[in-house]
Amino acid sequence: MLELILQIFTDYTLRNVALGSALLGVIGGVLGAFTMLRRQSLLGDVLAHAALPGICLAFILTGSKVPLILLLGGGLAGWLASLGVLAVLRHSRLPEDSALGVMLSSFFGFGIALLTFIQHGNNANQAGLDQFIFGQAATIVASDVLNFMVLGGLALFTVGLFYKEFKLLSFDPDYAHSLGLPVRGLGTLLTSLTVLAVMVGLQTVGVVLMAAMLIAPAAAARQWTDRLSSMIGLSALFGALAGVSGALVSASRENLPTGPLVILSISAILLVSLFLAPLRGLVWDWVRTGQNRRRIFLERLLLDAHVLHNHDVLTAQTLAHRRRESPAAAQRHLEMLQARGWVQPGHAGYALTPAGHQKAHELEQAMRVLPKTLEGT
Amino acid sequence: MNADLVIIVTAILVSTAAALVGTFLVLRRMALLSDAISHAVLPGIVLAYWLSGGERATLPALLGAAAAGLVTVTLVEWLTRSGKVKNDAAIGIVFPALFSLGVLAVSLYFRHVHLDMDAVLYGEIAYAPFNTLALWGREIPESWLVMGSLTLLNLLFVLLFYKELKLSTFDAGLAAALGFAPGVLHYALMALVSFTSVGAFQSVGAILIVAFLIIPPATAYLLTQRLPVMIGLAVGVGVVSSLAGYGLAIWLDASIAGMMATVAGICFALAFLFSPLGGYLTTRLRRERERLEVAARLLVAHLAHHERPVSEQEVLAEFGWNPAFLRRTRDKALQEGWLEVLRDGMRPTPSGLAFNKTRFAEDL
Amino acid sequence: MTAQPTPPVPGAKPGAPSPLSVRDLTVVYREKPVLWDVDLEVPAGQLCAVVGPNGAGKSTLIKAVLGLVPRASGQVWFFGQTLTEARTRIGYVPQRGAVDWDFPTSVLDVVIMGLYGKLGWFKRPGKHEREAALRCLEQVSMREFAHRQISQLSGGQQQRVFLARALAQDADLYFMDEPFAGVDTVTEDAILKVLHELKGHGKTVVVVHHDLETVRAYFDHLTLLNVQVIASGPMDEVFTAENLRQTYGERMMTASLPITHRG
Repeated sequence: MLELILQIFTDYTLRNVALGSALLGVIGGVLGAFTMLRRQSLLGDVLAHAALPGICLAFILTGSKVPLILLLGGGLAGWLASLGVLAVLRHSRLPEDSALGVMLSSFFGFGIALLTFIQHGNNANQAGLDQFIFGQAATIVASDVLNFMVLGGLALFTVGLFYKEFKLLSFDPDYAHSLGLPVRGLGTLLTSLTVLAVMVGLQTVGVVLMAAMLIAPAAAARQWTDRLSSMIGLSALFGALAGVSGALVSASRENLPTGPLVILSISAILLVSLFLAPLRGLVWDWVRTGQNRRRIFLERLLLDAHVLHNHDVLTAQTLAHRRRESPAAAQRHLEMLQARGWVQPGHAGYALTPAGHQKAHELEQAMRVLPKTLEGT
Repeated sequence: MNADLVIIVTAILVSTAAALVGTFLVLRRMALLSDAISHAVLPGIVLAYWLSGGERATLPALLGAAAAGLVTVTLVEWLTRSGKVKNDAAIGIVFPALFSLGVLAVSLYFRHVHLDMDAVLYGEIAYAPFNTLALWGREIPESWLVMGSLTLLNLLFVLLFYKELKLSTFDAGLAAALGFAPGVLHYALMALVSFTSVGAFQSVGAILIVAFLIIPPATAYLLTQRLPVMIGLAVGVGVVSSLAGYGLAIWLDASIAGMMATVAGICFALAFLFSPLGGYLTTRLRRERERLEVAARLLVAHLAHHERPVSEQEVLAEFGWNPAFLRRTRDKALQEGWLEVLRDGMRPTPSGLAFNKTRFAEDL
Repeated sequence: MTAQPTPPVPGAKPGAPSPLSVRDLTVVYREKPVLWDVDLEVPAGQLCAVVGPNGAGKSTLIKAVLGLVPRASGQVWFFGQTLTEARTRIGYVPQRGAVDWDFPTSVLDVVIMGLYGKLGWFKRPGKHEREAALRCLEQVSMREFAHRQISQLSGGQQQRVFLARALAQDADLYFMDEPFAGVDTVTEDAILKVLHELKGHGKTVVVVHHDLETVRAYFDHLTLLNVQVIASGPMDEVFTAENLRQTYGERMMTASLPITHRG
């Protein structure tokens, strides 16, 4: 593994692939944070799928396979599709998800038709256009990395410039409007920057998988922090990490495509974040729920013991009878109470300790207050 | 058997099967869930292929796909319910991950076999005439059998559970209260979507099936507000797209499935622009008419405040309209007999005043 | 029609620059009028309530005045100026349900957003803005929550954060959309305190309100709205059984308490 990592510095191809994927991760991570917060997660999916006909048309019109020209064609088509979604949402009653689905699949279908049209024609130069569908990171060369840097730099610089406006736009667009911000223009700008991110991703992960690069890093980062700026930073970091590790793993063996590996890496990061991130992680949710359940169980147990202590004798038998459980279980439960210091063995069975009395009293008070406050409302 | 006929009938069966379940996807706002399912079908097929020992049999593939589809739906729902990720993000996370697994498995273990990625993308409906099997002593295309059964299955589902589907689509809470188990219906629908996706996999590919599931019902949605009509129109749009798409594809020598999706997209665009039910251009025309009517009412209401005739300049200054708009508004009001034009300005007629009063009362 | 404002002199802007004057405002949504021919004159330095039944267009009135929804016709002046000219003098408190409270940001950050308009493009908020925001949080008794994540707030606390954000705008005219809806008594008192402070500083506040029981006690000026303006003027003149009946209709009035019991 270490050897593989060192190869990044020596192996020309691997270096470009790793750099390209890392750049994609950073740019997708930053812009994805905004698209996710604006609840436009799947717009990225539409932009990416819709890029295909643009790539094909750019090839048909220019006959060139210069990546930048193809990517520009793809970006333009994606941008048009996003305008199409906006138009449909604004001027018809079609729900948003259907509008996205229609635009995505009709652009993509048209792209497939164009792609096969090109392939069936007699253009000797056409081979390799289909690499944009699933991506083919191995074809990334130094000039592509340079393109990515320019496109990504442009996107990141703009985000930096309009950071506070984008933040307000994502949180409360109506209020932004009331402050006099050009809300529609800013929204279009943010979408256009997302198009730049998609252009960077086309060569690496391809149109089908691009959506994940705009969603998963941001979703993972959200679990770790409650601040937008750190969320964006983490999102970029996770994206880059996934990019590099995807590139490394795919270089470790034959026949391992980079794109899917990058996606699986970021999915793994997301999964870890969902479960283990401090505060928001699901595991901690479960732990908290478990603790609560245990606490409530113990409290009810103590109240039962309290009643028995006051009106009867507290033994495993009486407790078992009251709680309709086996004496063995009741004995275990008494020991649990003893471990908390709430009961202790006395001459006839068990007796509540002062701490146990105190606690039971508090609980009863709390229960007595509860119905009253409920009545009050 | 005529190759054209085999392909066209297959395409019609695919679009019919898809439109039947797609209608409910669109109505239940789950259009993008079907996108996710259709992608996730790939690992299901690969798994079935692997488990069945390399046979490319239909039944294991169907089961594998259905399982993958249900896994997708369950994962998306679980992620959404955990509250850590919003629903759309959950969809966009689950399907690329599953699809990546599928692509990875294909490129690792099945490079040399028939499961190539082109087929995943746009299917091979052109090969439909070559895959035949003998049934009751006759050679019939396998695609007819598969898609025909699926169409029948979807049709039966919609017919048998029409009432329940309708109720749970428009009021899930009420459906549950009446004991209709919307959850079961939901998963049954998702299973059918998965079946349809994998059945269509050979013909139009796993990704383009989304075009058949969503675009025709979405087009129908723009054209009608009645469920039976919507189902019928969706099937109709699907059939038209199949026929026209096939013709165009032959003419241009391009992917048949891709062309069919393109034509479906064009149908949608036409419905969006010209639907009598709120189409963009239709609405603009009507809104222009109605804007004039509202403006005329506004003008009359304004004039009614005044005892004296009001000049055009005053009205212009008051409303901030441009003179051309005022002229058209005035003509509209004149035409309705709401106002009269005197030498020193406009004044509402008695009928205009009366109309003004009645309409106000109605609005309240 | 009580207190129907007299038509303005043709071609001239209103003479004394009232904080808000609305002329012939009509808003149409999908061919249905939501607001119809609304004329409104808001007196300076007063607490003004806009009251009416559900669907009467109360929120739409605020949104249309602020240019957040398109108007079919009508003109609006703020202090005799257009919206663009007067923008920095106007503060806005939207309905609290309009945003995603799981957004990754802190209470302080939200309040600082109120200063974005004054800050202008490209400038980042700094120490000065933070201090100003903290003072506004102090005003709504939320200073100790400054560094909380906003999802940890109760509904009333969210409302107070929005209020603080509007205070940060340091405006002369405030629009508040249902600030009292579904809040606890602590918040209700905090909002009232702020309203009176604002009034004390000569500011004008327009509040969309839903509660007929409290409207008399809280506000000086009342506009009854049901698509049209039913009546608008000083509280005592406008808050009459007849006007309320016109606004809410007969059915509502038979069950209604405020006039008979408290009026």
